[in-house]
Amino acid sequence: MFNKRKPSQVPHDAEKDAFQPHLHSRHRAGRVWLLVFQVSTLIGIVALSALLYNVANAAFGYAAIENKVDPASLSINGIPLEQLHPLDLTYILQEHVSEGLFRKFAREKPMEEYSREEIYDLVMRWVVQPQVVETWTLFDSLAHRDEIMRQAAEKYPQARIFFRSWLTSQFLTTPQSSKPEFAGVRTAILGSLWTILITLLFAFPVGVGAAIYLEEYTIDTPLNRIIQTNINNLAGVPSIIYGILGLAIFVRLLEPLTSGALFGYVKDATTANGRTILSAGLTLGLLILPLIIINAQEAIRAVPGSLRQASLGLGATRWQTIWHHVLPSALPGILTGAILAVSRAVGETAPLVVVGASTFITFDPDGPFSKFTTLPIQIYQWTARPQAEFRNIAAAAILVLLALLLTLNASAVLLRNRFSRRL
Amino acid sequence: MSQAVISKNPYVFEVRDLNIFYDDFKAVTDVNLKIERNKITAIIGPSGCGKSTLLRAFNRMNELVPGTRVEGEVLFDSQNLYAPDVDPIEVRYRIGMVFQKPNPFPKSIYENVAWGARIHGYQGDMDELVERSLRSAALWDEVKDKLDQSGLSLSGGQQQRLCIARAIAVEPEVILMDEPASALDPIATLKIEELMQELKKDYTIAVVTHNMQQAARVSDYTAMMMLTGDSRAGTVIEYTDTKVIFTMPKDKRTEDYVTGRFG
Amino acid sequence: MNKLHKRPRRGEGFIQGFLFLAAALSILTTVGIVYELGKESLNFFTRQMWENTNKQIVADVRPEDLTLTINSSGSDLHSGEIIKISEEIMQVTAVAGGQVTVARGLQNTTPGAYNAGLDIFESRRVSLVKFFTTTRWEPQIGNFGIWPLLNATLMTSLMAMLVALPLGLSIAIYLSEYASQRVRSWLKPILEVLAGIPTVVYGYFALTFMTPLLRSVFGKGVVEIYNTAAAGIVIGILVIPLVSSMSEDALRAVPVSLRQAAYGLGATRLEVALKVVLPAAISGITAAFIVAISRAIGETMIVAIAAGAGPNFTFNPFKSAETMTGHIVRISGGDLSYDSIDYNSIFAIGLVLFVITLGLNIVSQRVVRKFREVYD
Ligand SMILES: Nc1ncnc2c1ncn2[C@@H]1O[C@H](COP(=O)(O)OP(=O)(O)OP(=O)(O)O)[C@@H](O)[C@H]1O
Ligand SMILES: [Mg+2]
Repeated sequence: MFNKRKPSQVPHDAEKDAFQPHLHSRHRAGRVWLLVFQVSTLIGIVALSALLYNVANAAFGYAAIENKVDPASLSINGIPLEQLHPLDLTYILQEHVSEGLFRKFAREKPMEEYSREEIYDLVMRWVVQPQVVETWTLFDSLAHRDEIMRQAAEKYPQARIFFRSWLTSQFLTTPQSSKPEFAGVRTAILGSLWTILITLLFAFPVGVGAAIYLEEYTIDTPLNRIIQTNINNLAGVPSIIYGILGLAIFVRLLEPLTSGALFGYVKDATTANGRTILSAGLTLGLLILPLIIINAQEAIRAVPGSLRQASLGLGATRWQTIWHHVLPSALPGILTGAILAVSRAVGETAPLVVVGASTFITFDPDGPFSKFTTLPIQIYQWTARPQAEFRNIAAAAILVLLALLLTLNASAVLLRNRFSRRL
Repeated sequence: MSQAVISKNPYVFEVRDLNIFYDDFKAVTDVNLKIERNKITAIIGPSGCGKSTLLRAFNRMNELVPGTRVEGEVLFDSQNLYAPDVDPIEVRYRIGMVFQKPNPFPKSIYENVAWGARIHGYQGDMDELVERSLRSAALWDEVKDKLDQSGLSLSGGQQQRLCIARAIAVEPEVILMDEPASALDPIATLKIEELMQELKKDYTIAVVTHNMQQAARVSDYTAMMMLTGDSRAGTVIEYTDTKVIFTMPKDKRTEDYVTGRFG
Repeated sequence: MNKLHKRPRRGEGFIQGFLFLAAALSILTTVGIVYELGKESLNFFTRQMWENTNKQIVADVRPEDLTLTINSSGSDLHSGEIIKISEEIMQVTAVAGGQVTVARGLQNTTPGAYNAGLDIFESRRVSLVKFFTTTRWEPQIGNFGIWPLLNATLMTSLMAMLVALPLGLSIAIYLSEYASQRVRSWLKPILEVLAGIPTVVYGYFALTFMTPLLRSVFGKGVVEIYNTAAAGIVIGILVIPLVSSMSEDALRAVPVSLRQAAYGLGATRLEVALKVVLPAAISGITAAFIVAISRAIGETMIVAIAAGAGPNFTFNPFKSAETMTGHIVRISGGDLSYDSIDYNSIFAIGLVLFVITLGLNIVSQRVVRKFREVYD
């Protein structure tokens, strides 16, 4: 009826004949475009899935590992290596490693004080020396298991082939290493945490302070307007520019401060310079300052004006009003914004490379004047290596980073929900 | 061949047992009425009684709100607007609408008028159509020298007449108006009312209004709506000649309402 | 009764002072950026580099001599040029065949005695004109033309926009004009997750997923292991959420009454979306596009990982090429000496980057302010 009529049949005055509504083709165009929109949206989802799939694919899967020395040949009186007494293990260690290296172990602490696990680790690392010769993706490992087994048995008759997760508790607790099978992210995690601590200590009070000033004290002067515009513009400056700024200001200009020399704190005289956790934290602090300010401003603006009037009407000063009434109401919003800003900082890589993250450190950072590396830096360095095994641990490190970010974001969401229910 | 049959039918709309729901909430219940061709029909009643909802049922604008549901029939030229094979686009193409707040597109005055005609594949002389529509809306003399200015640059009353011109330009058979003058000052209101008298020669008009004098001045028939029953859904309690409604209504509630005694 | 004195409140003033300083720190940050970038860029363009002319002095020179005898091989010397022999800096005042007249002991150096056979070095500065007009960036031999880096940046950004603009806008239209509340409630978080993933992870994705994908589609011979196409496409994926959320905000800000007007005239949903809502939101969408371009130009880790290390002036997206940001990251990765042309060059590149991105951001703010339709 309505939709099947031809224009000529329209029961209208003659004028309506001038219209050719072409409803059919218009509806078809509508369906085609809707499909375009839906497919676009789907592509977004597929991209995210591909990204996660790609990481998981490398973080788990079969690995072929060849030992330099067969552990079986190290067994004493038929007792396998894993069950040997610490003394026997120490003996094996002494037998197989160079004298200098053994002395180095002994210098760290007397051999008797090593636990059985520690000595076993040393034997594995320095004597058995397992080496990853090939790895397979998770997808292949699940789909072509037999194929892999057959191939591996042919290519690496000596090798042990087993399904391994590159993300292990050992991966989380051991420091960096030049051999992927022994490398971990302990140093990087600690470095990230230290850096973020500095970032927060600097950016949170300053950012919230600036937001309070701009929302509660500002009269519309040109200076204040410039400050506001300036903050909006800073939020759009590429992060690498902040790295350059940090390099010039914190690393170079303020070197006495950021290297700790000013406080008589020089960890290692040969390398003492401004490329420290402090510089990194401050650089990231400047980077997220505009985000914290803008978010906090929004939270403060959402506090109803009647609350301020009630407080001021009782004779409270402006700061009392802010401290006792405005800030408590705005706090959930401010914190949520701050957490989101921090999760941005946690993932930042480029500015830290420019500021001078270390390429290889194995000791834990012990304060703001330490040299540093962070999780994203570690991921970057491992990804940039040509050997395939480093891709596997890069993927494992990505999982750690994503888990950390997920935790941060989830806490922001929880915070928002918890408090918005109360209000 | 069907033209002759349809033209004889003096009623444009015939509403049968109409119920309208927003999700589970019933807003309009049991409405039955017929709307006569080339007449002005006013719908009046207290706020929230479902006037706009009923009006929007005449060109299926309700279904743009997710969760709305319609039971019953609205016959337009004897065809049920809610039959499954009816295309709502064509319904709105033939039954135009003017809204409470003037809502011109952020385009030029010319484009505002031409837009609807263009999407419906108008083949004739567009300049001529724009001029004719603006003249019918009594706006031509005021805007003929600034057709390329933004529609938003006009005054509220002019904007509303622009919206009427825009509706006329697609040459609908019916124009629905939801409180078309409520956002305007008395002089602009008067202009709109005069315009409606002009337009009724060519179009059928249904208008929702809160203004009793307006209803009395412009309309030929008036439907009085009111919330009724336990469900507090709106329905038409009295529908007849406008003169009758305002001089000797049958329903006590109508009398209270039109004389301003209603709360 | 106490008088209603104005009491001095030192605490209040102190706090307000601190708050003002906190706000003013942002100005200081900008000043710091501009000052440092400007200062070091100036150093970059005024720094003297010494290039061997492959000419030698062929007769011994005493401290008081003003004429040098040189051999004729190597590049020509011209009057006015600054040259260096051993540690001494001189200026050429006249050249007559193998006889060069010089002014000695310039720039606080002392005239010395030199034996025949010493090399003559010629002063070279990075000229602003060459910086912006030449297409080779070879720091080792003193060529500093920004174009290979800028070109790679533009290539990756263009590629990114080809991906992000159509997809981002389509998603925005879908979310704002089509999707039900329920669909929105799970699509939006997905986009937020996508936006929250660190760029280094996208870099990993580009290198280990997008590049192999491109190589398997176009052939390993065509697509290099490091290439701008993979980096650009992944930057595009990275900025999709930015484009879609900013555009969606702009679309949703268009009043419902406009949509109703269009529906009331019998427009289809598509016509309402594309012919009424989209044009009405065009300023916000344009701003989103500009911000996205600026973001893509400043993006670093994806290109540092996947686009290649080494400046390369090419228009082939399947070849490796280093962008401005990628170059900064690579050369600042090591222990960079503060007194090197490399250190200075970081700032010069940074200044170009800063000017471009700041310019784009300011333009986007202007666009929003200037072309926003005012509905009551
Ligand atoms: N989009 C909607 N969703 C849910 N309920 C609605 C919606 N629109 C209207 N209603 C409800 O339907 C009832 C009728 O509304 P309607 O707008 O039709 O009244 P009205 O008579 O036009 O009132 P007014 O004179 O104030 O314009 C009201 O109770 C209203 O709350
Ligand atoms: Mg209404």
